[in-house]
Amino acid sequence: MSLTVLNVIVAVVIAIGFAALNAAYLVWAERRGAARIQRRPGPNINGPFGLLQPPLDGIKLMTKQIMIPGGADKILFMVAPVLAMAPAILSFVTIPFSETIVAHNMDIGLLMIFAFASMGALAVLFAGWGSRNKYSVMASVRAVSQNVSYEIPMLITAITVVMITGSMDLKVITNAQAGGFWHWNIFPSLHSPLMPLSFILFFICSLAETNRAPFDLGEAESELVAGFHTEYGSMGFGLFFMGEYANIVIGASLTTILFLGGWDCPFGLFPGVWWFLLKIYLLIATFIWIRWTFPRTTIYGLLNLSWKILIPLSLFNLLLTAGLLKVF
Amino acid sequence: MIQETTREALQSLFAESAPAVEVEAGAPRGNGVITRDYNAHGYHLDAQVAADQLVAAVEIIDQAGFFIESITGVDWIKENQLEVIYDFSRYDFDTCRVVIRTRVPRDQPIVPTITTIYAGANWHERETHDFFGIKFAGHPHLIPLLLPEDADFHPLLKDFKA
Amino acid sequence: MSAPIQLQPGETFILNVGPQHPATHGVLRVKMEMDGEYIVKAETVLGYVHRMHEKMGENRTYAQYLPNLSRLDYLGALGYTHGHVLLIERAAGIEVPERAEYIRAITVELNRLASHLFWFGCYVMDLGGFSPLMYALEDREYILDMLEAVTGARLTYCYYRFGGLYNDVDDDFIEAANRFIPRMRKSLKKYAALVTGNIIFQKRLEGIGHISAEMCRKYGATGAVARGSGIDFDVRKNEPYSVYPEFDFDIPVYHECDSMARFKVRMDEMEQSLRIIEQGLAKLPGGPIMAEKKPKNIKLPVGDFYQAVETARGSFGIRIVSDGDKNAYRLKLRSPTYSNMHLFDEACEGMMIMDALAFMGSLDLVIPEIDR
Repeated sequence: MSLTVLNVIVAVVIAIGFAALNAAYLVWAERRGAARIQRRPGPNINGPFGLLQPPLDGIKLMTKQIMIPGGADKILFMVAPVLAMAPAILSFVTIPFSETIVAHNMDIGLLMIFAFASMGALAVLFAGWGSRNKYSVMASVRAVSQNVSYEIPMLITAITVVMITGSMDLKVITNAQAGGFWHWNIFPSLHSPLMPLSFILFFICSLAETNRAPFDLGEAESELVAGFHTEYGSMGFGLFFMGEYANIVIGASLTTILFLGGWDCPFGLFPGVWWFLLKIYLLIATFIWIRWTFPRTTIYGLLNLSWKILIPLSLFNLLLTAGLLKVF
Repeated sequence: MIQETTREALQSLFAESAPAVEVEAGAPRGNGVITRDYNAHGYHLDAQVAADQLVAAVEIIDQAGFFIESITGVDWIKENQLEVIYDFSRYDFDTCRVVIRTRVPRDQPIVPTITTIYAGANWHERETHDFFGIKFAGHPHLIPLLLPEDADFHPLLKDFKA
Repeated sequence: MSAPIQLQPGETFILNVGPQHPATHGVLRVKMEMDGEYIVKAETVLGYVHRMHEKMGENRTYAQYLPNLSRLDYLGALGYTHGHVLLIERAAGIEVPERAEYIRAITVELNRLASHLFWFGCYVMDLGGFSPLMYALEDREYILDMLEAVTGARLTYCYYRFGGLYNDVDDDFIEAANRFIPRMRKSLKKYAALVTGNIIFQKRLEGIGHISAEMCRKYGATGAVARGSGIDFDVRKNEPYSVYPEFDFDIPVYHECDSMARFKVRMDEMEQSLRIIEQGLAKLPGGPIMAEKKPKNIKLPVGDFYQAVETARGSFGIRIVSDGDKNAYRLKLRSPTYSNMHLFDEACEGMMIMDALAFMGSLDLVIPEIDR
């Protein structure tokens, strides 16, 4: 029993380390990637390829004074950044990186991740309301309405996958796709001919869920200054920033597990954690690529997209899959 | 084309049919319409009206489809007068620039507003009020525009000492 | 996207956009009364960079005043100094050599191109697309380098003199300009593919910020704002000055009256500027760059003189009331964005804030030019 507890603690520490490291170095990767796209060098001074930039940024942020605006709700203001980072880290606990590397596998892993993902909206709401800044309030209202409306198609799409697999256990879902890329959920199967569509829906939703461009309406720096984190400096800002990247990793991991076969090799060779990492980083690279290519959408365009296109499509897909599962 | 029709329309404001001729250089001229040499001056029609004729003159200009370029003032301190200059121009290729000017005494600088005719006159009139202290009677929001909101000085007046 | 506003008393709040706000690109302040994300009423507050250039014009001689003009609009400064020298030349009757006029036209168009490029990049950045700014700045850098070589400045040029120029262009400039034109044409194709063709971008601009032609007339809007509302007005064509009648170029006009129309007008204008530069370089005559007969201390005859030029932002007018002295009795600057910005208060009512800021960007504001 105690060994199991120890096991869990070690695994959780590793998960936190992975999340933090990823968050820090994805910032670097994003800045370098953006620089590449924009034909400039990006951070290249500190260490080889600027690799020391993230820890130095961390030191800079941590040594800065925490400013709380006058009239702000202190408790909400201080809790919000923690709330932005904590669920993201907790979600890592149940993500299976390979057959063996998983902190704590659960039967309802998928449900747990979605439950934690919903807490991100709360962090944004707290930050916006607690800052006592009109821009922040507007941004947080936007971000929450965005998160709520994109969780629906995202969940419906995930349910489609769950129906095909018959399990919410992420390991089971991955194993159901083993044995070559044609078994992956992204490709149409007899039961669900619209799977590529589901993948696209899910991908768009995960972009919107993580408040990434072109759906970064909660930040929208040209309209709402810096959105919900306008008033945040020092590590409060740092936590929001890292939380965003941790969420990106979660989003990419979930997409990989649900649609791209997790740690499964496309050709049935050497399945393992490297395939998983390769897939999530490819997805993250796509996130970055999209961000630095597209302009921002509007809030009504975004909500219209969700309620008028994504939700009907995902519902139709769900019904079709349910019907076909009954037939075949 | 439009130049002649506008000229005639503006001329109708004045009782005497003969246009006022510019008296010797620098001296104030009488009210009336003058056709200017475009190459030398950069505009075609130059009408000086009395302050109470201003709205009628601008209405003529508006009817003829001109757009408002700017409004400005000039402080003629020697004559103890303030001049308000309205610039109008056209979008089409029937080029005609019209200048309408009016003079008011320096100690009582009140001119009717034309914001009811040209909404765009709003800022121009506020700016002129800032710089010269000319009051535009009927202006909806005559507060300082370019100067600080508590400004009580008019820097383009010739007797303004910083 | 406008929705009917049912306003309840006390349900609005005041949002202070600016003087420091990322979307205003300078110290512009707009006091917006908001109903949620909708603007009920907007009031622009100006004057944060007011420097009273008009008073300076009364205290300096005409030549001393030349550098002031390039401090109005730091992105398209040459157009403004061009207006000033043209006015003095018109009033004092100075003949300008043809070569000088051609070089003026070429450099003004290059400057217009640089200004439009910067606006293009910033505008897309306002809409949340970051990368085009970097591409635009790269192209603009070539122009600035070229202009720096002949004028000696990168932003606040003081290149034109009454009766000519301060410096002749050399072969390096002509060669660099000739190399730049095909490069810029390629870039414009890239921008069209990357930005103009982007569905998100189109959705954000189409139908946003409707300005009717009648509204343009009432406010005196000029430049791309008027041309995006179907008004075929460009001072270069309507009141030809300098050597513009010699060039074959078109005035792009769009009739949609929305932000997309204004965007397209400016994108097309870049191509037209390239055409003018191309023709100017091909036709560039030899000869002197400075008028021979020119008084040392310029004094204008008594009178009231006006000159309009088409700058990157619209029709810029300068009026000098002269009493025969060596400095102006009264100098008035009619800046195009002043009138263009004036539209904003009325046009943005009922818009959502993000649309309003997308609309504001399409007006191509340079705040020092509004405030003067």
